[in-house]
Amino acid sequence: MELVLNPTTSTQQAVKKVLGVKLQDAKLSLSYLSVSFAALFVGGIMGLLQGLDRSGIMPLPAWLSYYQVLTAHGILMLLVFTSTFVVGYIYAGMSYTLDGLLPKVRRLGWIGFGLMVAGVVMVMTTVAMGDASVLYTFYPPLAASPYFYIGLVLVVLGLWSCSAGVFINYRYWRKLHRGQPTPLFAYFAMGIFVLWFFASIPVAVEVLTLIPWSMGILPTINVMFSRMLFWTFGHTVVNVWYFVAVSAWYVAVPKIIGGKIFSDKLARVVVILLVVLNLPGGFHHMIIDPALSNGVKYLHAYMSMAVAFPSLMTVFAMFAVFERVGRKNGGKGLFGWFKKLPWGDVRFLAPMIGMISFIPGGAGGIINTSFQLDQVVHNTLWVVGHFHLTVAMTAAVTFIGICYWLIPHLTGRVLTPKMNKAGVAATLIWTFGMILLSGSQHLAGLSGDPRRTAYTTYNGSEVAASWDPYELVMGIGAVILLIGLLLQVYNVFHLMFRAPKGNTEFPVAHADDEKSTPMWMERWGLWIVIMLLVIGMAYAVPAVDFIVNAPPGSPPIRTW
Amino acid sequence: MRMHRSEEIWLTVTTAFLVLFLLIGGYLTVQLAMSPPSHRETIDPQKVGQTAPFDNPGVKKIGENEYEVVMTLEAFMFTPGDIEIPAGAKVTFKLTSKDVVHGFEVAKTNINAMVMPGQIQQITQTFDKPGKYLVLCNEYCGGGHQFMSAAITVK
Repeated sequence: MELVLNPTTSTQQAVKKVLGVKLQDAKLSLSYLSVSFAALFVGGIMGLLQGLDRSGIMPLPAWLSYYQVLTAHGILMLLVFTSTFVVGYIYAGMSYTLDGLLPKVRRLGWIGFGLMVAGVVMVMTTVAMGDASVLYTFYPPLAASPYFYIGLVLVVLGLWSCSAGVFINYRYWRKLHRGQPTPLFAYFAMGIFVLWFFASIPVAVEVLTLIPWSMGILPTINVMFSRMLFWTFGHTVVNVWYFVAVSAWYVAVPKIIGGKIFSDKLARVVVILLVVLNLPGGFHHMIIDPALSNGVKYLHAYMSMAVAFPSLMTVFAMFAVFERVGRKNGGKGLFGWFKKLPWGDVRFLAPMIGMISFIPGGAGGIINTSFQLDQVVHNTLWVVGHFHLTVAMTAAVTFIGICYWLIPHLTGRVLTPKMNKAGVAATLIWTFGMILLSGSQHLAGLSGDPRRTAYTTYNGSEVAASWDPYELVMGIGAVILLIGLLLQVYNVFHLMFRAPKGNTEFPVAHADDEKSTPMWMERWGLWIVIMLLVIGMAYAVPAVDFIVNAPPGSPPIRTW
Repeated sequence: MRMHRSEEIWLTVTTAFLVLFLLIGGYLTVQLAMSPPSHRETIDPQKVGQTAPFDNPGVKKIGENEYEVVMTLEAFMFTPGDIEIPAGAKVTFKLTSKDVVHGFEVAKTNINAMVMPGQIQQITQTFDKPGKYLVLCNEYCGGGHQFMSAAITVK
């Protein structure tokens, strides 16, 4: 191993570099990715068990509750797999594009890692013991063990430590490179962590009040206010996963297929819009709730639709890149370029499938937020189908695609043609399973099949019997999905420890206009102030209303 | 900032669609009063059984083929659990929870409302088609959530 002094970070300690990768930084990212895929593995098995039980194929053993399994699946997939993947990926990209992490940033990354792992272990232990079957939304007055909430606080503190690391490294690079716009990847990293950090504040407030309440120190809780705090976070955090996928589409995908970024400036506008417009909109998860006026609901329904605008910009920019590359590769005619894309390359195929699934996923989102339409599908399997398309396809399949260059890059290995084929297979099996699962969930939900419900015939109800075929397809989808998931977990393991040694670069594409990016885009203070104003506009009135006009609160209740 | 001509067209057309959705949604809400259940009335969640009208849940005739159903939800039952009404009846459901968060859904209709402890929820529906309707709780409420159902018979 060679020891190289990095010239641009002269104030840092000597950084060990092998083939462009800083080994100490790589170790941090690989640790996060290992936890991420361990969570995916366990969460996937939980998903399979649910699919088998709900479809009636194989009921769960008596000692295992459906809701316990559902809680574990939700937390492991929606929170642990995604969060740890995101930190691993963003820290790796920052290390690469900002000439290495500062030692104190690396330390913050490790502190975050320790806090998150400790928190997740605590949370999952309470779930395994049956003391926290409250699902990942943990709506009060369902009360879990206090350790469940303390674990969640640790996870949030871990996230804040990682956020501080991103902000510090970004500022440091800017100070060293005055008058230069930051690399686009780092700009995305900043946007993602600003949004994630601010979204986590309300849920932290909620959980900090749930702790004394679940211990019996605080006799009652304000149910509506807690619910609002949860969805301010919950709605935004899924958009953070989407935001991360978008960063890979803009920065990595064009490089992988041999193209250029459509426009550096427009990509940054998308980042700003995703940060500013995302937090308002939480109430579209509460569209059929009491105690909220129609005016507030209407405002939120359409504020959340504003996020469609940057998504539409992204669709245009990405397909413009694809068309240019396809034509360069000899594609003729109106759609001939489409065939000339590198479909056999998992690093392109997976994010492309992620993008394509966001077309029905986004359309479904517009339906869910469309006020009156939500009433038809609210709390039905339709919603579950929707977020399996968005989180488990758009985000997760993009993350899968990222693995095939990120992990070899970090471990100093290469992606062999055989491994690429295994990646394509995992992606296609996953996609096929998800089409069955999500498709049947959408259809079942449209006819009223409720979500979050164990197998039941509702006393032999005819209507409930009409949902059986959909649930069967859902179960089959879950089985196929698990096969794809196991293959993916194996592939990750292989890329980490078995693949042949070599140099894999971190793909960073460039744009023709990147030299002329205006410096005002770097004014994060301004974007944060605008974001806070928009949040104030969305939440100030209902938040005060929930407190001033609150009914007597609810005591902790355990109903499982 | 300069944009590609075709991008300008794309964004204009798609944004126009979003604005159109917004206007249609607004028209339905304001002019046709078609809006999701959003009743605002509070109650002490620990004293539901002693508070009128929930101290006496049941079906009440309030007008010419018009009914009011006062209903409480708790883990894992609806009270009343068996409702009979004539076809064409306009029914207003007045709902509250005695414990945790529940959902009130009548399958294959547009009746779908969250029922929160401390809040009274209200939703109205005209039942034109005779038959047996399945009422179910569509928000997780505990270990027996899948058994929480009721029936509405329209004659």
